[in-house]
Amino acid sequence: MSAGSTVISTAKLDEIIQSFDSKKSNLIAILQKVQEVYRYLPEDAMIYIGEKIDGLSPATVFGVATFYAQFSLEPKGKYEIKVCDGTACHVRGSMPVLNAIRAKLNMKDKQLTSENGLFSLETVSCLGACGLAPVVVINDKVYPQMTSDAITIILDTLIKEDK
Amino acid sequence: MEKTNLNINMQNEQDKAKELIKSHGLRVLVCAGTGCVANGSLKVIEKFKELGANVSILTQYDKMTVVPTGCHGFCEQGVLVVIPDMKITYVKVKESDVEEIFESHIKNNKPVERLMYVDPKTHQHVPDDEHINFYAKQTRTALANCGNINAESIDEAIAVRGYEALAKVIEENNPDNVIETIEKSGLRGRGGGGFPTGRKWKFTAANRGGKSYIVCNGDEGDPGAFMDRSVMEGDPHKLLEGMAIAAFAIGADEGYIYVRAEYPLAIKRLRKAIKDAEERNFLGKNIMGSNFSLDIHIKEGAGAFVCGEETALIASIEGERGMPRPKPPFPANKGLFGRPTLINNVETLANVPVIILKGADWFSQMGTATSKGTKTFALTGDVNNTGLIEVPMGTTLREIIFDIGGGMRDGKKFKAVQIGGPSGGCLTEEHLDIPMDYDNLIRAGAMVGSGGLVVMSDKTCIVEVARFFMNFTQHESCGKCVPCREGTKNLLKMLEKIVAGKGEMKDLDELEELAHVVKDGSLCGLGKTAPNPVLSTLKYFKDEYIAHIKDKKCPAGVCTAMKKVIINEDLCRGCTKCARVCPVGAIEGTVKNPHHINQEKCIKCEACLTNCPFRAIVLE
Repeated sequence: MSAGSTVISTAKLDEIIQSFDSKKSNLIAILQKVQEVYRYLPEDAMIYIGEKIDGLSPATVFGVATFYAQFSLEPKGKYEIKVCDGTACHVRGSMPVLNAIRAKLNMKDKQLTSENGLFSLETVSCLGACGLAPVVVINDKVYPQMTSDAITIILDTLIKEDK
Repeated sequence: MEKTNLNINMQNEQDKAKELIKSHGLRVLVCAGTGCVANGSLKVIEKFKELGANVSILTQYDKMTVVPTGCHGFCEQGVLVVIPDMKITYVKVKESDVEEIFESHIKNNKPVERLMYVDPKTHQHVPDDEHINFYAKQTRTALANCGNINAESIDEAIAVRGYEALAKVIEENNPDNVIETIEKSGLRGRGGGGFPTGRKWKFTAANRGGKSYIVCNGDEGDPGAFMDRSVMEGDPHKLLEGMAIAAFAIGADEGYIYVRAEYPLAIKRLRKAIKDAEERNFLGKNIMGSNFSLDIHIKEGAGAFVCGEETALIASIEGERGMPRPKPPFPANKGLFGRPTLINNVETLANVPVIILKGADWFSQMGTATSKGTKTFALTGDVNNTGLIEVPMGTTLREIIFDIGGGMRDGKKFKAVQIGGPSGGCLTEEHLDIPMDYDNLIRAGAMVGSGGLVVMSDKTCIVEVARFFMNFTQHESCGKCVPCREGTKNLLKMLEKIVAGKGEMKDLDELEELAHVVKDGSLCGLGKTAPNPVLSTLKYFKDEYIAHIKDKKCPAGVCTAMKKVIINEDLCRGCTKCARVCPVGAIEGTVKNPHHINQEKCIKCEACLTNCPFRAIVLE
């Protein structure tokens, strides 16, 4: 596990922990908030939280962080792409869409974040928009009835916007 | 037991809410569920508002109000615009169509035919829900208000009898009576298992007196199911009311709704609904002036399918890894934070208010001998009408797929339907006429599960589908039980081998044997049902497995490993383009002469196929 280069702010972490009453049962919500701030869970932040909250240890925090798919231990891209591979999307061709994204962004199998850090890519099991299959979500915006061509155009637009 | 004097009169509240709706004038309902928002419904809403604001006189109404609603269920036809007073449903409406609807229909009473639904069988334009088969053949109970009311307005919920059932049970002040009604109705858990709801309530109520909890399971993780999302987004107050009634019956004063993080809109609407309900004192301290109090919190999940299992869900709410715990102790005795806990699914709770209002007999009239009421199904895959439907238990697959679903898409041939997600099974043509209920489906080797129905045509490879589900459960196995953790991995490996054209006949026996080990040796529902897709496909589609193994052929033409890229020599002009793009040098031939592909070298990347200017290259 890499230590990560992000410098964490203990003041910010304290603020988050307190906003959830420093309660052990709120650990998942706390980690969600931390990930929102840093776009991933820096190791130092997990250690800090584990030592700060009663009844937790850094190991427990790490255990929870690695259990849930939502948490990432490496930085996510500015644009988080989620390709739905639920049953309906799979049957209607989500894999060609995924492959088109990989080809466009030059990402290898299982690579999480693109070289320039702009995009991160993952598959999710169901977004509940099965009527619109196949679906891709980029930073909470849902793109319905995707094809390889359509997603390439969308990515081009995002890349252009970022310049 | 003495009746409670309420400090509120629901009849007055309803009258007030109805007056408010009447003051809206012409109501234009625009779907603002996740699906339609993705298709641009927010822009449609804005456009309607903009046009409506500029006109003071409409034909019969002094004003028009645009109402953003929850999911109508007909997601594929989105954006949906319904004007109930004009008996019209418009489908696939875009921002640019709004002006025409407004000018032609709303102002001049001339319906816009081109925006009406076209029946896939008759090819006729159909004006409204009563005539659209997709809706006409449904019976909506849990989804009754979804799409008909503004999901973010508590007044609109009250106008359609929201919180009336809660007021009734609090006033009557007889919790045992409530439980008896639910038990008599025959309602069973809609989350998958089908455990009798009333009995579950009774078990929890036996521990009345100390602190206890009500938990709503909104961790709808089954790929291909989205009914819980629709209820939470489209009619959140019904869910809150159902929870409050359950809490009252079992003596709980604190509740949690566990929602998947993948459902941001549902979370937003539930938060607003809780706040609004607290302001009206339908939740919070001393509800409606009684001794009954209930605080409801929302817990966001973090992406773990196993958390749909009730003991894993409890662990997750407590902030731990969401791993299942052995039962007993059952949550009814020792659940959340060690206290008695009642856990019900979203759809189950959404059925509660109407049972209280209309009675157990009304509910138990619908359905079959052992499965009462209605069930929602998420109908997807290769059918014409995909979307969310609700039908009486006992409806046949044929009615669902060919009447409501409008038949197979693009004239494809029906092959199978996968029911109940990764825990369910594949059923075939021979099952089309069995009445669907909990017990019949179990007998056929599937289960109602959460109600996902994925229709598959002859262009879908069944072995690939089994691999797909096994890949899912293998990934989601929490790792606690060895048979599930290692077993699903090995099941997946074998399926991958068969799909890659490297299977052997002995793999089929091993698949079956291992599937039973996983089923028998796992603690929770995930492991116990994970092999179902393999077992049911082995039972009904063994031929297809054998074709992959013996003939090295995929009958559906899906598995690329079995395919060959071939050059049609009659069409090939020898332009050499294919030979130049081939990354592995597998294409041989000379200029102006037909080329051919060396199958030993070919990696089936299809680069030649996409680049051939004469379409002489095909995949077989």
